Amino acid sequence: MRTKNRSVIYYTVSVCCILLLAWISLFTGVKDIRVVDLLGDEDKLIVFLISRIPRTLALILIGAGLSISGFIMQQLSQNRFVSPTTSGALESAKMGILFALVFSPEASLMVRMLFALVFTFLSSLLFIWFVEQVKDKNTVFIPLVGIMFGSILASISTFFAYKNNIVQNTQEWLLGDFSSVMQGQYEAIYIILPIVLISYLYAERFTIAGMGKSFATNLGLSYHTVVNIGLVAVSLVVSASVVTVGAIPFVGLIVPNVVRMLIGDNLRRALPLTAFLGAVLLLGCDIIGRLLVFPYEIPIGMTVGVVGGIAFFLLILKKSK
Amino acid sequence: MEFKKENKLIFQGLVKEYGKKRVIDKLDGSVVNNRITSLIGPNGAGKSTLLSILSRLLKQDGGEVSFMDKSLHVYKSNELAQKLSILKQSNQTDVKLTVKDLVAFGRFPYSKGRMTETDWQKVQEAIAFSDLEDLTDAYIDELSGGQRQRAFISMIIAQDTEYILLDEPLNNLDMKHSVHVMKTLRRLVDELGKTVVIVIHEINFAAQYSDYIIAMKDGKIRYNDEVNHIIRPEILREIFGIEFDIIEKNNKKICNYFNL
Repeated sequence: MRTKNRSVIYYTVSVCCILLLAWISLFTGVKDIRVVDLLGDEDKLIVFLISRIPRTLALILIGAGLSISGFIMQQLSQNRFVSPTTSGALESAKMGILFALVFSPEASLMVRMLFALVFTFLSSLLFIWFVEQVKDKNTVFIPLVGIMFGSILASISTFFAYKNNIVQNTQEWLLGDFSSVMQGQYEAIYIILPIVLISYLYAERFTIAGMGKSFATNLGLSYHTVVNIGLVAVSLVVSASVVTVGAIPFVGLIVPNVVRMLIGDNLRRALPLTAFLGAVLLLGCDIIGRLLVFPYEIPIGMTVGVVGGIAFFLLILKKSK
Repeated sequence: MEFKKENKLIFQGLVKEYGKKRVIDKLDGSVVNNRITSLIGPNGAGKSTLLSILSRLLKQDGGEVSFMDKSLHVYKSNELAQKLSILKQSNQTDVKLTVKDLVAFGRFPYSKGRMTETDWQKVQEAIAFSDLEDLTDAYIDELSGGQRQRAFISMIIAQDTEYILLDEPLNNLDMKHSVHVMKTLRRLVDELGKTVVIVIHEINFAAQYSDYIIAMKDGKIRYNDEVNHIIRPEILREIFGIEFDIIEKNNKKICNYFNL
């Protein structure tokens, strides 16, 4: 079987990349840490434990989580250009956090995350409802509306943020950045692990739902239940990652499309590779951001934004020719 | 013959309205077991609506469907999916799934995602039944329209339901694929004892391959009878509003309406 062999190659390569990049990520930074230091130098060991390991883990988890979220959203909306970035999900998560801060400036991480979750879920519901109303699913029209929807949400957020003296402009607020990930502040993202597991269990249902409502109903599947479960999963991942590291654009858009080109749409088969490649993308972009202006850092939201923006453009070009 | 007791799919007083417009109006009738029944009629006659209600994709505004001695709406989704399948004409085609993946979905009502040895065997059989062995590992978005339609039908075959409902399965297919699809449906009925209901536009396919015809017009069933009783110039003229010339050859009727 040719396809089997190809999958094995993709998996081997992506796992090797993750290991290599994780290694680089662990040993890149202002403080020069080498493997031997971990045994003797206590200072360096502490930096390693409370900063480097959490950062690397966060990159892997969020990369995987956002990519899987994108894949699920694309299947449920039957549109390849839909992702947390192009459906207003990131903006609604930000909006949730903002409203949490408006109600109580001292809002704990948990409260902020809860607000983000509720806002993200509601806006995804609205977005999916909108997609259902549109007859032709395979158009660039849908993500464009998603982006506009996001801009409207962002403007509303900016208005309230400005009025309440929280931030001047929500556009740059909470731009994805892993530099402040530290032990004790990033643990919310572990919620991504069970979500990935649930997504794997539900993979077949998501793919079936992605074939359309009548197709799913014919197979005895409750279409709306599956859609809701998918949106809750996506909202959890997006809100957990926005609360801990900020908004990271395009990951959920690019990775699923690349994976689909490599091994197709069957989520059960594609999900692990999606998770791996998501991790590779974020690790890579974070390392670039750390090295380009060393010893300073470029936030990952920017590096991914540049890489992802170009890739998005190429995708649309490829699609419309 | 409309209310034969042994028929398992019976409907009475079916009504469906979109806003003020009544698309089907108090339909009574039944589908004969182990036969192919074609739903024919002009656009907007309510054929697809009737099919959707019979398969529970659409909820009627009035009337009752009885399926295997029970009301259709008391069935659990999964139970119904093992007894009755429906294939609509608008399927997502831009999906990178292999034919095998797609056909395997047909086993979902039984396997719930955990395919057993038996399930895979059914998948193999379904693929063989529709002559798609060569395309087992091909992606459906790379197939021709006809091959893709056969792949979807193959999924329905794997679903292995007693009742199979198809909404315009010949839509956009060339003649060769249309004949292939109809022959497959015929074999499903003759060899496996299924009951097939199809919405079909080309009257000659209905005349050649089906056993019964339900002829609809303006949301009402005008005729529900054996093929030979329906394929008559005066009846077809009444349904479609154009002239028909019926040519009989080897006991099969061919309708010429192309240029009369």
